[in-house]
Amino acid sequence: MSADRFRPAQARRRRAGQIFQVLCVTSIGFSIAVLAILLVDVARDGLRWVSWDFLTHFPSRIPERAGIKSAILGSLWMMALTAGISFPIGVGAAIYLEEYSPRNWFTRILQTNIANLAGVPSIVYGILGLAIFVRFFGFGRSVLAGAATLALLVLPVVIIAAQEALKAVPNSLREASYGVGATKWQTIRYQVLPVALPGILTGTILSLSRAIGETAPLIMIGALTFIAFSPTSPMDPFTVLPIQIFNWTAKPQAEFHELAAGAIVVLLIVLLVMNAGAILLRNKFQKRF
Amino acid sequence: MYTKNLIRALSVLTPLALLASGCGGGSDQDSEEAGLSGMVAIDGSSTVFPISEAMAEEFQIANPGVRVTVGISGTGGGFKKFCAGETDISDASRPIKPTEIELCAENGVEAIEIPVAWDGLTVVRNPANDWATCMTVDELARLWQPGSTIQRWNQIRSDWPDEEIVLYGPDTDSGTFDYFTDAIVGEEDASRDDYTASADDNVLVVGVEGDAGSIGYFGFAYYEESSDRLGAVAVDNGAGCVAPSRTTIENGTYAPLSRPMFIYVKPNALAKPQVRAFVEFYLNNATALVPEVGYVPFLDERYEELLGGLPAGM
Repeated sequence: MSADRFRPAQARRRRAGQIFQVLCVTSIGFSIAVLAILLVDVARDGLRWVSWDFLTHFPSRIPERAGIKSAILGSLWMMALTAGISFPIGVGAAIYLEEYSPRNWFTRILQTNIANLAGVPSIVYGILGLAIFVRFFGFGRSVLAGAATLALLVLPVVIIAAQEALKAVPNSLREASYGVGATKWQTIRYQVLPVALPGILTGTILSLSRAIGETAPLIMIGALTFIAFSPTSPMDPFTVLPIQIFNWTAKPQAEFHELAAGAIVVLLIVLLVMNAGAILLRNKFQKRF
Repeated sequence: MYTKNLIRALSVLTPLALLASGCGGGSDQDSEEAGLSGMVAIDGSSTVFPISEAMAEEFQIANPGVRVTVGISGTGGGFKKFCAGETDISDASRPIKPTEIELCAENGVEAIEIPVAWDGLTVVRNPANDWATCMTVDELARLWQPGSTIQRWNQIRSDWPDEEIVLYGPDTDSGTFDYFTDAIVGEEDASRDDYTASADDNVLVVGVEGDAGSIGYFGFAYYEESSDRLGAVAVDNGAGCVAPSRTTIENGTYAPLSRPMFIYVKPNALAKPQVRAFVEFYLNNATALVPEVGYVPFLDERYEELLGGLPAGM
């Protein structure tokens, strides 16, 4: 009998719930539609240019001769070096912040600053990289200078992701480790890190996916637009896929716009492979508690 | 006008080089330099980029051992790197500024100015349009300035027919647009926006061709290719009507719609065999490659003169 009092309201509450659900479905539908339009548009323009020749030829002013070999190699060099620099530093910093640092005002300031750095526009890192790596350290306009700059750019994200992964490790694990007499280092090395690793890797790879699409900071430090040779050492000049795409879209001829679309397709495939790798790594190492 | 700048730059920057400039410097050795190696670093203007890119591509085919890199930092950005000693050659769509000369001098960098080609624009009309064969810069400015209310030909000159004007032009991303607005309206990127804009010159050609009352503008090299379908509008800059042609662009009378483009090279970079070979290749092949990327080359004699004027090896 008292349940009757809720009936009218119940219908209204159900309706509110349904409206919310529709809104959510619309949101996801909108995101997917935009992505689909982009993909279809790019694929329609660019797919016919994507071929083995396209991947193995250097850029050219003649569309039929043009390829993205130097851009792909540059991007791969860039990713390998950026990962090599940002991963150890980022994970080290995260371990310090989560496992060692005292909970005081200094740590809080550090933490806030790292979070803020994640939002700094990428061109600012380009200016920093130009001053520090290109000029002060004398790396020149090299792959190494570019990778160091991009490593700075992704470091805040890597640190935060690694911290989250470390936070997710249950404290009971650490306590049990200490309980059987393990030192702090042994606890981190043998208990905490293996459990946190999938999360750390996922965060790192996702942040590298951001780095592979960056153009502005690399143009700032002097990555080049026309390169018709493969970089063979970290000190070589380089170009990357987004710069090649930018260059082609700026040309007046329609063929180059299609070439740019082709290069976008390749870039998307590289991104997809990287993200799939992140998911695979996570699933392979994941332990549940 | 560019010769004046050339002389100024040379006299300010390279008194030594001037003395040394005999005719022994540049012989005709364009691609035979087998066994050259090393780097040629180029950066600067995105307007000049297509020429340098074409040169770099062909040069590396002829000299596989040499690595040529071309960047697009813009003319100003290019000079910053050039003056810091980071590049061998700087692309520039305008002459070097005194402040940039000072910056270079502070770092002990000298710059030799080498004009390489013309960037020319042509105002085109439909062939059926037999009245607007010549327009003054002021008339063009009144037609194209932002907020212009001119819709009919007789609003420009009262004895022209009462016919609608249909406007065609490059889109705002285009360097041609920047240059036209700067030269005609007097302020870069200031233009009326009620015209058919396209980045594709073909669209502009077809548009003007299909409409008797239309007028438009694009690069001279493109007009040359379609001159049987379109008429050019001669431009009166106060010294009478001058129609665009290779001759009037080359001798500087077709003003203000033509400007020279430059590369700048350091004497000590020129001392490197691969850089010297590249600069000589540039001048030797400009006649062939410059029109291919849409610009107007100098007369052959001018390139020979420039080749001869290169400072001798040190």
